[in-house]
Amino acid sequence: MTVPETVAQPGSGVETDTGPGPHEATAEALRPHAEHAFADELTALAAADDRPRPARWRLSPWAVATYLLGGTLPDGTVITPKYVGPRRIVEVAVTTLATDRALLLLGVPGTAKTWVSEHLAAAVSGDSTLLVQGTAGTPEEAVRYGWNYARLLAHGPSRDALVPSPVMRAMARGATARVEELTRIPADVQDSLITILSEKTLPVPELGEEVQAVPGFNLIATANDRDRGVNELSSALRRRFNTVVLPLPATPDAEVEIVARRVEQIGRSLDLPAVPAGAAEIRRAVTVFRELRDGVTTDGRTKVKSPSGTLSTAEAISVVTGGLALAAHFGDGVLRPGDIAAGILGAVVRDPAADRVIWQEYLETVVRERDGWKDFYRACREVSA
Amino acid sequence: MTAAPTAPAPDIPGPGRSTVRAGGRGRRGEPLLLGVRHHGPGSARAVRAALEAEKPAVVLVEGPAEADALVALAGDESMRPPVALLAHAVDDPGRAAFWPMAEFSPEWVAIRWALDRGAAVRFVDLPAAHTLAAADPTWSDGEGGYGGGDAHGGRGAEGSRDGAGGRDGAGGRDGDGGRDGDGGRDDGGPCVGSDRRDGDGGQGEGEGRGDGDGGRAMDGLTLRIDPLAELARAAGHEDAEQWWEDVVELRGEEDPTAPFEALAEAMGALREAYGHGGHPRDLVREAYMRLQLRAARKEFGDEVAVVCGAWHVPALTWKTTVAADRALLKGLPKVKTELTWVPWTHRRLARRSGYGAGIEAPGWYGHLFTAPDRPVERWMAKVAGLLRAEDHHVSTAHVIEAVRLAETLAALRGRPLPGLDETTDAVRAVLCEGSDVPLALVRDRLVVGDVLGEVPAGAPAVPLQRDLSRLQRSLRLKPEAQRRELDLDLRKETDGARSRLLHRLRLLGVDWGAPAPGRAGTGTFRETWRLGWEPELHVQVAEAGVWGTTVEAAATARAESRAVTTTALADITALAEQCLLAGLTDALPVVMRALADRAALDTDVTHLAQALPALARSLRYGDVRGTDTAALAEVAAGLAERICVGLPPACTGLDADAATAMRERIDEVHQALGLLPDTARPADRWTGVLRRLAGRDRVPGVLRGRATRLLLDEGRIAEDEAAPLMSRALSPGAPPQDAAAWIEGFAGGASGGGLLLVHDERLLGLVDTWLTSVPAEAFTDVLPLLRRTFSGYEPGVRRTLGELVARGPKAEGPGSAAHGGVPGFATGLDRDRADGVLPLLHLILGTEPTT
Repeated sequence: MTVPETVAQPGSGVETDTGPGPHEATAEALRPHAEHAFADELTALAAADDRPRPARWRLSPWAVATYLLGGTLPDGTVITPKYVGPRRIVEVAVTTLATDRALLLLGVPGTAKTWVSEHLAAAVSGDSTLLVQGTAGTPEEAVRYGWNYARLLAHGPSRDALVPSPVMRAMARGATARVEELTRIPADVQDSLITILSEKTLPVPELGEEVQAVPGFNLIATANDRDRGVNELSSALRRRFNTVVLPLPATPDAEVEIVARRVEQIGRSLDLPAVPAGAAEIRRAVTVFRELRDGVTTDGRTKVKSPSGTLSTAEAISVVTGGLALAAHFGDGVLRPGDIAAGILGAVVRDPAADRVIWQEYLETVVRERDGWKDFYRACREVSA
Repeated sequence: MTAAPTAPAPDIPGPGRSTVRAGGRGRRGEPLLLGVRHHGPGSARAVRAALEAEKPAVVLVEGPAEADALVALAGDESMRPPVALLAHAVDDPGRAAFWPMAEFSPEWVAIRWALDRGAAVRFVDLPAAHTLAAADPTWSDGEGGYGGGDAHGGRGAEGSRDGAGGRDGAGGRDGDGGRDGDGGRDDGGPCVGSDRRDGDGGQGEGEGRGDGDGGRAMDGLTLRIDPLAELARAAGHEDAEQWWEDVVELRGEEDPTAPFEALAEAMGALREAYGHGGHPRDLVREAYMRLQLRAARKEFGDEVAVVCGAWHVPALTWKTTVAADRALLKGLPKVKTELTWVPWTHRRLARRSGYGAGIEAPGWYGHLFTAPDRPVERWMAKVAGLLRAEDHHVSTAHVIEAVRLAETLAALRGRPLPGLDETTDAVRAVLCEGSDVPLALVRDRLVVGDVLGEVPAGAPAVPLQRDLSRLQRSLRLKPEAQRRELDLDLRKETDGARSRLLHRLRLLGVDWGAPAPGRAGTGTFRETWRLGWEPELHVQVAEAGVWGTTVEAAATARAESRAVTTTALADITALAEQCLLAGLTDALPVVMRALADRAALDTDVTHLAQALPALARSLRYGDVRGTDTAALAEVAAGLAERICVGLPPACTGLDADAATAMRERIDEVHQALGLLPDTARPADRWTGVLRRLAGRDRVPGVLRGRATRLLLDEGRIAEDEAAPLMSRALSPGAPPQDAAAWIEGFAGGASGGGLLLVHDERLLGLVDTWLTSVPAEAFTDVLPLLRRTFSGYEPGVRRTLGELVARGPKAEGPGSAAHGGVPGFATGLDRDRADGVLPLLHLILGTEPTT
């Protein structure tokens, strides 16, 4: 075994560069990490949990699932639900981590991928900070390791000059690493994960060493499955993951609720003039988005074609926010159909040829006939013409 | 209705009477009672093991008593499950009941075991003669009404939630109850609904017809208990189905009879609490079973095994007197019935197909039953095989990971072994990479499965054949081998019925008659058929028997099934047309729904355009035949809207061939729109579409010309608007090829374009001017097109045109414009000459001249 002792032991050289340790709660943080915000619940769960735990897991898989889905412990502690959605999804996700497979959370924007991944890491390893944020510019160093060049030049390649990535630290500690927006990372950088996930080892050729993952190491990645222009995962990498697709809100009411809440928050932070966010228009935007996304009308009677855009909840939020700004600055201060029509058109018609036909079909076959939608129909006709 | 107090029929002994002895080992002096869940593979395996251990001399199986005569067929070489016992009333084949059996049905296993070991087999349930006769509402408190429903329920129920209880009636209208249910529906009224409700567990799975019935019936009978759900609740489980899987179906190899004892005990407790549990008819059936059991014990001694729904097991041990049982059975209504085996399919066993016999995953159950060991590993390998065959990349490593995930999931959920839920989750997360699309494939092909049963040729004739013979007699339409033509006047009742019969048979693949081209002058109320009965048509009738027991029901079922599976839009519209011709109004909603769905998702506007004409025709036929076509009109209107939206973009950038094809589509749509009722016709929108086509440069010339012409014919553009459009299309800037195509679109073919040119010399002049200005090198290119355009004209028109051209463009001719008027026409109306037409018009229209 070629693992140098220094690497395997927490607190040794590798750990020195990590800045604030993962368990020091930053008292004044704007948004505390999950493991701090819900520390009480995690402690209570750990105390009540008598089921077998995989190596280096803070909780048993059952307790992790309970932490995410909520419940009441025998001692009366109430665990708040972190994820409101199908139980099946959380169970599959937790089981995946327990079987030592990497977990890929897919979903359109606004489906709580990051949220779920953070809480999973917090519950499993007690640490959700071993995070690589994926962007188009994410370098290989962020996934493998980098160098402290001052030391490198002064003392030559050595353990001390090496700057480990969050993934490398997770391997050494047997913790859960997180990669956000995996599909935004360039393909060659993505592929450096293959060895880590299949061999569970990270070679350091410069030192003639390698870092082997200790039991408990695992990786949760999130990715956006309907966005265009992303770097598709290579099939070699793809099959190291078990994939869980997080669904959009199941009911229109839930989605309206989410949109209304977010719109209010954003409106406040942008200091938009107060416009009573018309509940009717929010519901209308959500209905249009849901129907086009699902390919069937709410009453289930008519099928419609789905356009190429994602039409996620996040986009519905931005359409309504934009409409509010329009109403406040150029309109009469009330959110009207005309204010959101243009935004909806822009979100729906991404591909000028195909999507436009889809949109017009939808207008003519669904919107026109609907009671109380006359104004909206007219507004849409105006902006589509 | 409260559950318990209604139970006491006179013969039910008080509590403490039931010494339930089921499946116990070493029991002597007691029959072996094997209470099963219909269609449960675990039950089936346990039944086989128990029979093997006890080796009884006779096996009594829950099923219509008349089926004893058919038992031998079950051992036939060419008999392949899934099959169903079909009982039908001789006089009314529509009144029928089914007892489906799959390879993994405990009953089937018991029958096969007995046949292989030379043991006797008896069916001990109430004879179908009684169950089918129960149209009479006095039967079973006016609830079980249509006895047939209950009967097949018995078996149909199997596997559905109730099925575990084996309580009959539970699968109710399983399958074909629903299907053949027209008879049932007529007689049974709400009772049919009640059956249905049972069968589907009241979950509204039954799509299509029958839904309404179910809903209605549900209000009336809320208190029928579901024994399996009761037991699961007692065990603290929400999901009865899953609980059953855990405790019975997924059990390992242990004492084969242990589950029977436990189950019988549990059911005993339930029966004590609930009596018949909302199924008063069960008491009658159980009385019959007890009588049969006594008879069997007289004949075979103690070597008797009974395979029946677990719900009935306690009742079989009640100490009752023969006289009391007989009294219960006294005076039951009776009809003459016949029984046969019919092939069945896994899809029909599946609940989701809308008339479920009750089990959701026949393919999975079949797998559990047949897999010798390691069912999960074998299942995953099967799934991987299927996905690979469909070009999904699935490696062995995937399979390994999927198995691991499924097993760990089962552990997390506290289940003994991975069930269907766990395997499905694992397949989705690993093999399908999170996507539901390949998963749907797995569900369809494996979880439900494509298995089709077979029945030996020696099985008695299917009721469909009888129904056909009856119709042939009543319509005086003999099956003769000799070919002959048959003219039908659809306004006559008999002829209408004949036409519907022939159309229905065609839908069923029995091509007795083929539509022949009608004689000249036939309207929509006339049909000509060429008839010829080939001997092999009998085979086709037998094959079609799987769809139903009457021609109408079978054709309806077939049409619905085709509507769901057909993908091409034009095929579905053709199907809708066939349904109307065949008078299958019940199938129409399903077909229309499928049509609307396909139309909504079809992105190719030419498909929509192809579909519209048949639909418009259908609407017209519907009028002739007096069927309700409101739904059809709605779909047609939707289709027309979609065409209007999609056509203009679809007409740009076409090559010559595609443009010619599109021109035909436009003509057809134009014609079809004319046939649509006013409410469904987007007249103004269509005009707008034509205008856009006519005015847009990127649209091929032939389409622009055609659109201009259609607008002109409809009077949507004035006559003097056409000339500028033509002049623009033929201006020197336009490529000669395109201009020639425009002329073809505008004036080509047999559409009377020649006359137009004869009468409007300005247009002719434009063509003439353009033609003379075509450069010599381009002339040879446009010549074929022009030739095609003008050769389509009638000789007289061609000659006139030639004369006009020869006379020169400015010559005074018949077509020259009078002052201020349209070329070729006088300024005012010549009333005297116009009146000359009136007598002839009155003659044609059959009206009286009004003066």
